[in-house]
Amino acid sequence: MVDKKKISLNVNGVTYDREIEPRTLLSDFIRHHLDLTGTHVGCEHGICGSCTILMDGLPVRSCLTFALQAEGKAIETVESLDTNGELSPLQNAFWENQGLQCGFCTPGILMSMKAFLKHNPKPNRDEIREALSGNLCRCTGYHDIVDSVVAAAEAAISSGTAKA
Amino acid sequence: MKPANFEYFRATSLDHACELLRAHGDDAKILAGGQSLIAAMNYRLARPQFLIDISNIDSPSEITDESDGVRIKATTTQAIAEHDPVVRRRLPVLANALEHIAHFQIRNKGTVGGSIVNADPASELPAMSLLLDAEFEIQSASDKQVMAAEDFFITYMTTALQSDEVLISILFKAPPENSGWGLHEVARRAGDFALVGSAAIIALDDGGKCSFARVVLFGVASTPVRATEVEDALLGQSCSDALFAEAAKKVSEVVDAESDVHVTDEYRGNVAEVLTVRALADALSRAQAAS
Repeated sequence: MVDKKKISLNVNGVTYDREIEPRTLLSDFIRHHLDLTGTHVGCEHGICGSCTILMDGLPVRSCLTFALQAEGKAIETVESLDTNGELSPLQNAFWENQGLQCGFCTPGILMSMKAFLKHNPKPNRDEIREALSGNLCRCTGYHDIVDSVVAAAEAAISSGTAKA
Repeated sequence: MKPANFEYFRATSLDHACELLRAHGDDAKILAGGQSLIAAMNYRLARPQFLIDISNIDSPSEITDESDGVRIKATTTQAIAEHDPVVRRRLPVLANALEHIAHFQIRNKGTVGGSIVNADPASELPAMSLLLDAEFEIQSASDKQVMAAEDFFITYMTTALQSDEVLISILFKAPPENSGWGLHEVARRAGDFALVGSAAIIALDDGGKCSFARVVLFGVASTPVRATEVEDALLGQSCSDALFAEAAKKVSEVVDAESDVHVTDEYRGNVAEVLTVRALADALSRAQAAS
């Protein structure tokens, strides 16, 4: 039996103190220990992208990260996007353009696109498709997702803010 | 929880990691970006008893412009190397290869050194190590050594690195002045491991003849391989499409892949030849533009 380790993690601006087995994946920690179930777990080997979260602002696979590795980092999950129930411009663009069907892949896509639009605020459709290639969606054929990202970029530009 | 249990140690530096490795030896694994290791642990293909985490050491990313090339600290993430201005200026083929590794989410955590010591024969960085005559700085608790890339890769996922040794940094040598490069790979989907890849560097002398040629293939054998017979067929010759087509036939000397669930060995051989012609053509046009 391996001893549990104390861990202190900053997730969405809140510091959580827990005791976990070292093998606890960040994805499982977020879902099972913090009850933040917006982060979805699909393939658990880094391919599908559903579990993508931001670590110090960069999108990474939470299923390919041990929770202990995230100590000292700022973690952001999909629950950080809205403001008191009001959708962020990025979320709203997905709502308006039907950028999802079942929604399973959506949290990972939103977190990937949040970082992508910050890095590239005026992307063309090819760049968006390339950026989406690390997130699998089996419902939509991606067309409406690309539309949603285009709309999010335009909304951010017209509102004079790069914030997605 | 998918991975088997292990005992976790957080190294504060690569020196500290060497000490921890000496203490725990064969049952310990170094955890850097974890983008291959944690996937293997989730499958329980890997069940290390001890993990030594080097992902939170002080100043993990260091890229140094040196006279004969660019030195990259092993723990530097692939994303940082990919966007680094020194890498992009002096080693554009390496910058391009980095863009082919999986997806940007993976490159944000995956490390340059981690991909090299993982030694997947279909991955880009071991091939780039051969292409760019890389020197590996290797350290244990009691010893330091420098090893050439050509001596490092033994077979599938197996290197000359001993169980108490850590890869510290990689010196990728800059190719000759006025050279050009080409890199092509075929994968089933964007971001997948290459089924076959081919990379080339060519330089021309004042008379327009080939004065330097380097060709490396990946995904075609148990390690990345230099196609020296292709290189020999180019040296001293006037480059042309016809010469490249003839020289590329010699890739069959190094293609040693068995058929697998993805493709047949015959397909791999054909694609290796075609991609080598394309890589050489790109290298030539870049060399002509540079000189």
